[in-house]
Amino acid sequence: MEIRRRKNQIELSELDPFLAELLRQIPASANTEGAPSVEQRIFSPPANGKEAELCAEWKIYVEPELRRLFQTATQTVGVDLEQLNGNEKSLANRTLCIPTKHADAWLSALNQARLVIAAKNNFTELELNDHLRSPIGSRRDLSLFQVNFYGFLQEFILREMDC
Amino acid sequence: MSTEPLGAEVAVPLIPGIVHPKSAAPSTVGAPTIEKETRAEEALDLPWHVVVHNDPVNLMSYVTMVFQRVFGYPRDKAEKHMLEVHHKGRSILWSGMREPAELYVQQLHGYLLLATIEKVS
Repeated sequence: MEIRRRKNQIELSELDPFLAELLRQIPASANTEGAPSVEQRIFSPPANGKEAELCAEWKIYVEPELRRLFQTATQTVGVDLEQLNGNEKSLANRTLCIPTKHADAWLSALNQARLVIAAKNNFTELELNDHLRSPIGSRRDLSLFQVNFYGFLQEFILREMDC
Repeated sequence: MSTEPLGAEVAVPLIPGIVHPKSAAPSTVGAPTIEKETRAEEALDLPWHVVVHNDPVNLMSYVTMVFQRVFGYPRDKAEKHMLEVHHKGRSILWSGMREPAELYVQQLHGYLLLATIEKVS
């Protein structure tokens, strides 16, 4: 895979089917439904237990806004990912172009996905920092690879936004 | 590239915890009393801290970018706070009145950081 900034877009080229599929998994991976530990992390309380009134009002007024914000980001990313639609064979050496105006949506969706995967798998800090871990031998290893791959993309987008 | 911070969209008032001074009160005897009460409530309301807590998943560069965007901090100050979060587990990013503190926490949650508002005891 090659990644570069080209004018007003970030271009991921020579994508092999495996990485293309990981990219296509971003919106689904960011889904918080059905896992209480994930909901707890993504929609963490705004205060400790002493501020019960604030936490209750937050649930009513702020949480729905946050859900909408996160959903909008993953939808934007989902539309960009339609470039990768097709069967496995047609995914070979594909190119994905991310408009730089969608960079914020991508940062958010990638972050959502990383947090959800990490919460679902209960990854430790040690595991998350073990970048040399290989090869992928289990579902857990694959999830960790996914978190690191999405993190790599985040880093690249952040660097390009900084330029 | 959009220059609109993600968190800006969620910056809606949450709880009207602050009593605002009455505006341009007519010359009645009641007006000065109201102003005094307002000052007293504001004094009781101070200070609140905006605290960001450590999270092993969020990238250091991402957290630094969020601090720059939300608080308008220069990069070196944002990095100092990010490192404090990383090494000490938490950092006080801002202190002041409750309403702006809540808005900052809302924005930080919009970026998926672990942030809380804490009243100084």
